Amino acid sequence: MSDQKPTPGEQASPAAAPERPAVQAPPRRRPGGAGGGPFGGMGMPAEKAMNFGPSLRRIARYLGSERWRVVLVALLTVASVAAAVAGPKLLGSATNVIFDGVTSKMLAQYFPAGTTSAQAAQALRDQGETTQAGLVESMKGLVVGEGVDFHRLAVIIGWVIAVYVAASVFQWIAGRVTTMVVQNTVRRLRDEVEAKLHRLPLAYFDKQARGEVLSRVTNDIDNVAQSMQQTLSQLVNAVLTVVGVLAVMFWISPVLALIALATVPVSVWVATAIAKRSQPQFIQQWASTGRLNAHIEEMFTGHTLVKVYGHQRSAIEDFDAENEGLYKASFRAQFMSGIIQPAMGFVGNLNYVLVAVVGGLKVATGQMSLGDVQAFIQYSRQFTQPLTQVASMMNLLQSGVASAERVFELLDADEQTPDPVPAVEVGPVRGRVAFEDVSFSYTPDAPLIEHLDLVVEPGQTVAIVGPTGAGKTTLVNLVMRFYDVDAGRITLDGVDTRDLTRAELRSNVGMVLQDTWVFKGTIEENLRYGIRDGRTVDEAEFVAAAEATHVDGFVRTLPDGYATVLDDEGSSVSAGEKQLLTIARAFLADPPILILDEATSSVDTRTELLVQNAMNALRRGRTSFVIAHRLSTIRDADTILVMEHGSIVEQGTHDDLLAAGGAFARLYASQFAGAVEDEGDAVVGAGPVPPQAG
Amino acid sequence: MLVPLLRQFLSQYARPIALLLVFQLVQTIAALYLPTLNADIIDKGVAQGDTGYIWRVGGMMLLVTLVQVACTIAAVFLGARVAMGFGRDVRRAQFVQVESFSQQEIGTFGAPSLITRATNDVQQVQMLVLMSLTIMVMAPIMMIGGVILALQQDVQLSWLLLVIVPVLAAVVGLIISRMVPYFRAMQKKIDTINGVLREQISGIRVIRAFVTEPRERRRFGDANTDLYETSVRAGRLMAMMFPAVMLVMNLSTVAVMWFGGHRVDSGEMQIGALTAYLSYIMYILMAVMMSTFMFMMVPRASVAAERIRGVLDTDASVVEPLQPRRDTEHAGVVRFEHVSFAYPGAEKPVLHDVTFEALPGRTTAIIGSTGSGKSTLLNLVPRLYDVTDGAVLVDGVDVRDLAGEDLGALLGLVPQKAYLFTGTVADNLRYGKPDATEDEMWAALDVAQARSFVEELPDGLASAVAQGGTNFSGGQRQRLAIARAVVRDPRVYLFDDSFSALDYATDAALRAALQPRTRRSTVIVVAQRVATIRYADQIVVLDEGRVVGTGTHAELLETCETYQEIVYSQLSVEEAA
Repeated sequence: MSDQKPTPGEQASPAAAPERPAVQAPPRRRPGGAGGGPFGGMGMPAEKAMNFGPSLRRIARYLGSERWRVVLVALLTVASVAAAVAGPKLLGSATNVIFDGVTSKMLAQYFPAGTTSAQAAQALRDQGETTQAGLVESMKGLVVGEGVDFHRLAVIIGWVIAVYVAASVFQWIAGRVTTMVVQNTVRRLRDEVEAKLHRLPLAYFDKQARGEVLSRVTNDIDNVAQSMQQTLSQLVNAVLTVVGVLAVMFWISPVLALIALATVPVSVWVATAIAKRSQPQFIQQWASTGRLNAHIEEMFTGHTLVKVYGHQRSAIEDFDAENEGLYKASFRAQFMSGIIQPAMGFVGNLNYVLVAVVGGLKVATGQMSLGDVQAFIQYSRQFTQPLTQVASMMNLLQSGVASAERVFELLDADEQTPDPVPAVEVGPVRGRVAFEDVSFSYTPDAPLIEHLDLVVEPGQTVAIVGPTGAGKTTLVNLVMRFYDVDAGRITLDGVDTRDLTRAELRSNVGMVLQDTWVFKGTIEENLRYGIRDGRTVDEAEFVAAAEATHVDGFVRTLPDGYATVLDDEGSSVSAGEKQLLTIARAFLADPPILILDEATSSVDTRTELLVQNAMNALRRGRTSFVIAHRLSTIRDADTILVMEHGSIVEQGTHDDLLAAGGAFARLYASQFAGAVEDEGDAVVGAGPVPPQAG
Repeated sequence: MLVPLLRQFLSQYARPIALLLVFQLVQTIAALYLPTLNADIIDKGVAQGDTGYIWRVGGMMLLVTLVQVACTIAAVFLGARVAMGFGRDVRRAQFVQVESFSQQEIGTFGAPSLITRATNDVQQVQMLVLMSLTIMVMAPIMMIGGVILALQQDVQLSWLLLVIVPVLAAVVGLIISRMVPYFRAMQKKIDTINGVLREQISGIRVIRAFVTEPRERRRFGDANTDLYETSVRAGRLMAMMFPAVMLVMNLSTVAVMWFGGHRVDSGEMQIGALTAYLSYIMYILMAVMMSTFMFMMVPRASVAAERIRGVLDTDASVVEPLQPRRDTEHAGVVRFEHVSFAYPGAEKPVLHDVTFEALPGRTTAIIGSTGSGKSTLLNLVPRLYDVTDGAVLVDGVDVRDLAGEDLGALLGLVPQKAYLFTGTVADNLRYGKPDATEDEMWAALDVAQARSFVEELPDGLASAVAQGGTNFSGGQRQRLAIARAVVRDPRVYLFDDSFSALDYATDAALRAALQPRTRRSTVIVVAQRVATIRYADQIVVLDEGRVVGTGTHAELLETCETYQEIVYSQLSVEEAA
């Protein structure tokens, strides 16, 4: 988690602290919004300016592992561009063949059939028709009177077809490869984000609305994919065309080429000027999407309350506010970036006129042939067109980069302290847990646990009691290393828990939490969830565990039994049943150390008795920490810790503490005063359990 | 599905769309006019070396370009307005619809899917609308222009168009129809990704406690691979679209050349007409290319539209009355009359012929074993579900005849799972009563035994609450949820096993503090512990959805066997452990 000695600025806000709410209040969204439905998006850093260049390079690095595919796409694009350019040229020669045929027919009026082009040209020249003679002479294969040479035409057309088919095939393959590149990259991104979630400190999730994180993984990554898919292929194509055309232009006329080249900085200036204004809007757009997602997620999750408390209207009002924000941001983003293309078109036309004027002057002064200027003008069109394309791709690119940054932001969030390398391996755990002079606080200015010493011998049961909010769960959090101690150390069989990997430590501890959690899957899958990899639990053991925890009974009444699919809300089973399931899950996990956190609170009392018995059996031979509100469950504990306001005020056995007449005695009295005073005789009659001093 | 959705949500934008079409028309005509000016500059200006002419026509060209730029910008402005407005409206319609849903419909879709539908799916359709309005509307104009110009050149050759267009349509149609299922699967798989992650985040403590990160990583990896594979398949088909269309178009120019060549040879066509014909075919090609881009977006958008419509077309199973009863004064008498309830599709009803009455100033407790239908019973009062048979009456009026707002205003529900919203402690309390003063909030916190820990928070009432209230312990959360109901001062309190995470002392203190507050309110408590309810004025004992006993603690101890069992089992827990 955080550093052992956190500096105030660095330490992650311990918003996750179950017994101690966050101290560093994340910025409130609407200070004045009385009752208007609290709303997600807390802890989100203010929308930062985009680091366009670095982020783009970072995306490019992701493509690094796909570089051979990218190279292949480039090569294929070169081939398909070449083929696409060759097509019209070949088609041009087909036109020539037809033109030849037409001319040969026309000449047949003047010359006998079978006259070759050379003979006809000579004859024309003799007649003084030198221009036509030149034209006819250039038609090498012409034979007067033959008409269109369909054989030659067929051959050329065959080639054209071949070239076009080739162009399409290249393009198709390039498209397929691009898809692979994009999807591989995006899959990796999703995977990295998910892996990251497991390395983030718990505090992160309390500061970040769930819907906000989800939006980054779905909406943002999806947007990155779509942007990449479109820019990747077009960008290569456009860049290749620009470079090729520019080369030809320099070859024809360096002066004119320089004029055309002047378009580039102007274009870049125009594009960046617009982009600078649209970038913040794109950032805003995706940030708004995240916030909207967070609101939707929260409202759908708390739907029952929204309905019963009649807050549909304010939920919709809050939604409208975010929705309107998203509308405005995305409208501005799309409008601004949409201007790029027409603006670039204007620059292109400006360039065109300039080239035409300078070219015209050159023709007038005889510096350049008409044909060259004509060709140049055509090329300058071909030059500005892909430039415009690149510029308008900025639009997509910006949107994509804005999304990518949100993903990177998540990937860059501070992680919990890494596991030690090499980590100590404890081997088979006996289960001796010791707190040695442990101090801990969620925030430096509010000390919670100070100089705590506690030794729990293997197999002992430690009960932690005290009013809600006294810090009982904190103690457990420290054992689990959900948080690290500030001072002192916690040892497991004499080894500092920080010298173990978290996995090693936690796999030795079974935990039943206050919050029941089931995932979408069958009951059997949910029960087997805690079983460590490599350990097998056969059918008999499984059923035995289910029976011991009274899961078997109600599961058998379900139509699909253990194959019943639970949804993520777990609504097909009652809260109490869910609790039983989580107990059974811990049972099956079979750990040497057990933590029971108010685990039986939602189970009805008839079932609870049976669960208690099962729990007692489960506790046997294991070191157990029991957080319980009912004193009856802890009477046989080896040590009882009484906590108040974050510190341990009393420690001892049930009888010692009762005799001491302190906090525990008061707690004990209040419980029975409030609960079963009529049965008081019975309670007394049950008698104290013989002390088992530990 | 796409078209009806577009029609429904775009109709209100008819004016800006019409205006946009005008701008696009002018813009396209200007674009078509530019090549003529181009040619003039070359033929009459550059060829003659007439610089003055070049400047003149060049100036003209720039003027036309300016018009074109202005029109394009105006069109982009309107297009962005309409498309983004469309997205906003669809998102809103969906959100409002979901707000009207009961828990049942939410469960059917699943929250993760509803979230994707409201954001990602809308995004897909919205992009299609934007592209259509800013780029695609030019396609038909260019296409029609191209066809007219081509026909002018040669009518005979135009039979080719009759072949090319259907072939093209067939190719595009075939690819699209194959793509649709992939896109449908893709959106579903995004739902799955969303669902897995949502579970991982909410269960993060369990995952870490059981060290099941590797298993979770595999689970996500599977979902990820699944999405990846579908995306790749869809992408591959998509990659086919553009080359295929290009090929058809290119081959048609070849066909024009071949058949045109024959017509030229036989003297039926001028060679000039042939080249002109070719360039017009190119116009058509451009137009088709543009629409192809759109068609590439259509499959995913139409799947998205289908999913959006799925939400919009789902009727809430709990519906507001057409003519709500507003005339009654509310005292808070809750009466269950022969109520039966079964979840849809379930064979056995959860509740069977339940009848009892809960009176103001009295506490009615519902007790029974896990799965006996206690929570379901409570949920019928705020109409989270509607009864299958019988009726739930408040002050003699069927809850189904009350406006949801009026009904809600009477009730203060504390659900089993104490859920808090993101915001501050005060925000959460004001959820119960929007205009609650600080004093009222502290008073409610007093009752809920929450004052001490809220006071200890650094920012008191202004302290932050994380989503779901995860930064508070279970007991604290429950007490805040109770305070939220108390601050509301409702006619009817509904406590759904709300004291389970509290220790006995707190439980007792809370009940004592609650008493004066509820002197004139009806209190219905679902509970597990006999201690919590034993002083209730009336206890309803449920067993497998049936009422097996009603009365006071003392009465039931005499008469009700199930109650006796429950009481004795608890005593043994308390004493004999």
